[in-house]
Amino acid sequence: MTATAVGTRILAALAEVRDPELDEPITALGFVASAAVTDDGVAEVHLRLPTYFCAPNFAYLMVADAYDQVSALGFATTVILDDHFASDAINEGVAARAGFARSFDGEAVGELDELRADFLRKAVLAGTDAVCRPLAGFPLATMTIGDVPASPALARLKRRRRDLGLPCDDSAPLLIDPRTGDPIGADAVPLHLRKARLTRTSLDANTGICRGMLRHRYDTDGQGEDAR
Amino acid sequence: MYEKDGEKYFVVDSHMHYWNAGPDNWVPGAEQYAKGWIECFHAYQGLGPPETHWPIEKFMSYTEDDLMKDVFQDGYVDVAIFQPTYLTEWYREGFNTTEKNAALGAKHPGKFIANTRFDPRDGDDGLKKLEENVARYGSIGVKLYTAEWNNGSRGWTLKDPAAYRYLEKAQELGIKNIHVHKGPTIWPLDKDAFDVSDVDHAATDFPQLNFIVEHVGLPRIEDFCFMATQEPNVYAGLSVVIGGLMHARPKFFAKVMGELLFWVGEDKMTFGSDYGIWEPKWQIEGFVDWDYPGDEFSDYPRVTTATKKKILGLNAAKLYGIEVPKEYQLDAGEGAPAARDDAVGVSSGSPAASLG
Repeated sequence: MTATAVGTRILAALAEVRDPELDEPITALGFVASAAVTDDGVAEVHLRLPTYFCAPNFAYLMVADAYDQVSALGFATTVILDDHFASDAINEGVAARAGFARSFDGEAVGELDELRADFLRKAVLAGTDAVCRPLAGFPLATMTIGDVPASPALARLKRRRRDLGLPCDDSAPLLIDPRTGDPIGADAVPLHLRKARLTRTSLDANTGICRGMLRHRYDTDGQGEDAR
Repeated sequence: MYEKDGEKYFVVDSHMHYWNAGPDNWVPGAEQYAKGWIECFHAYQGLGPPETHWPIEKFMSYTEDDLMKDVFQDGYVDVAIFQPTYLTEWYREGFNTTEKNAALGAKHPGKFIANTRFDPRDGDDGLKKLEENVARYGSIGVKLYTAEWNNGSRGWTLKDPAAYRYLEKAQELGIKNIHVHKGPTIWPLDKDAFDVSDVDHAATDFPQLNFIVEHVGLPRIEDFCFMATQEPNVYAGLSVVIGGLMHARPKFFAKVMGELLFWVGEDKMTFGSDYGIWEPKWQIEGFVDWDYPGDEFSDYPRVTTATKKKILGLNAAKLYGIEVPKEYQLDAGEGAPAARDDAVGVSSGSPAASLG
């Protein structure tokens, strides 16, 4: 395989890693500084973030997920987070497969599964706005996922619901409480949609700020950033 | 004060700073944090219009003359409220302390209000210091930064019993306004450091205090809004919203403003430039000229001249007891600035009132 083809495979794997807070691929966000295979066959990935002080828990998840995705391709893998106050703890912790609590000994009491799930729930709410906004006027409370025409937004919403173990097949209600999975009653639909829109607005605004800060910090495109 | 199209705006900059972040003030051994912090702030400045950007050297150590010119002479501000951030683990004399701020304030009577701060991890000594600062500087507001590092700890929450002790003391000392700023670290690190639910608890348990959540809880605007609808004493500090979005992301700015006006309401939103991150001049001019860009925003609350007058100054003037000249006040029927019970979500008829 050529070096270019290998690079493409690695970037494709990294595109499966999302910023758990922004719910966007780290490639599209410009977080992949470099991804290449060294002469001795090690896949080496460098990640970068918008600030030196980005939250260490989300940073850890991205580095660990990037490691998992790339090593699943069969490479010996090194993932290095550059220019971050917790770079050493994160890089060493991920390399040692130590988990978050051990990587930040004494500073964390548990792993990050619940944090990740909280943000998947936000992604479900935000995705609900993306899917339902064009459906104004339809009886959303009685509709199922299968009633909605296929679209990238719908496919994404279904994946997020699946990741959380929430109903996501065609017969599942379109509107559900992302915490319990219960359907949303007709009376509660307007407020549910308001919350969905607000959550999407918040995610979009945060993503906008992060992109602007990253652009200020680094004047180069990230690897795979234009593949969006 | 600012005047446009015959309308007069009284301007209170409710969130600004006078810092020294130059290498001369970095703590030996912690240089990377001091440098990382100010570079992060500088990146925020990059979200404003290019002609307002400063080189990093000036940004680290702007002068008193810079501040007086940018904020008052060019920036239309009538009264500016200093919000201190200590960060003494990284900056030898602190990043921007009550003392440094108040010393500048003393040279310009009537221009500044010096808020102070506390950190519940400082124990009895901190309580004593708070009392001294209130007595010395007449502070009626505090700025709390929950992500501050302190002796190996990476942060705290307002739910901590120690924080309640400080809030009780603050109230007893006559403090009225609690400005809360969330940051990226907290103990334990596996929790979401930006979570604002602790403000919810404190606001419920201290109904006589006002809680101004700075940067509207960014990046947790949604959690902040859900909380603010239920707490009559929670306010939205707009620093970063105007500075960070109005120029760089105008469409998202319109959406965020629309959401805030719906969930929080125009009586509970306060302007803050976040100077020296951004100069107030372009923010005030731009905000007075601003309206929703197009029909897609038609189901958000409308923005009127009265809305802007409240946000730019009248709400904060009310919270801080600042006297506003008659010609800058609202006419009868234009609402009551900073009214606690006027938030959209607090009226029982509002859909937001039924939020769980």
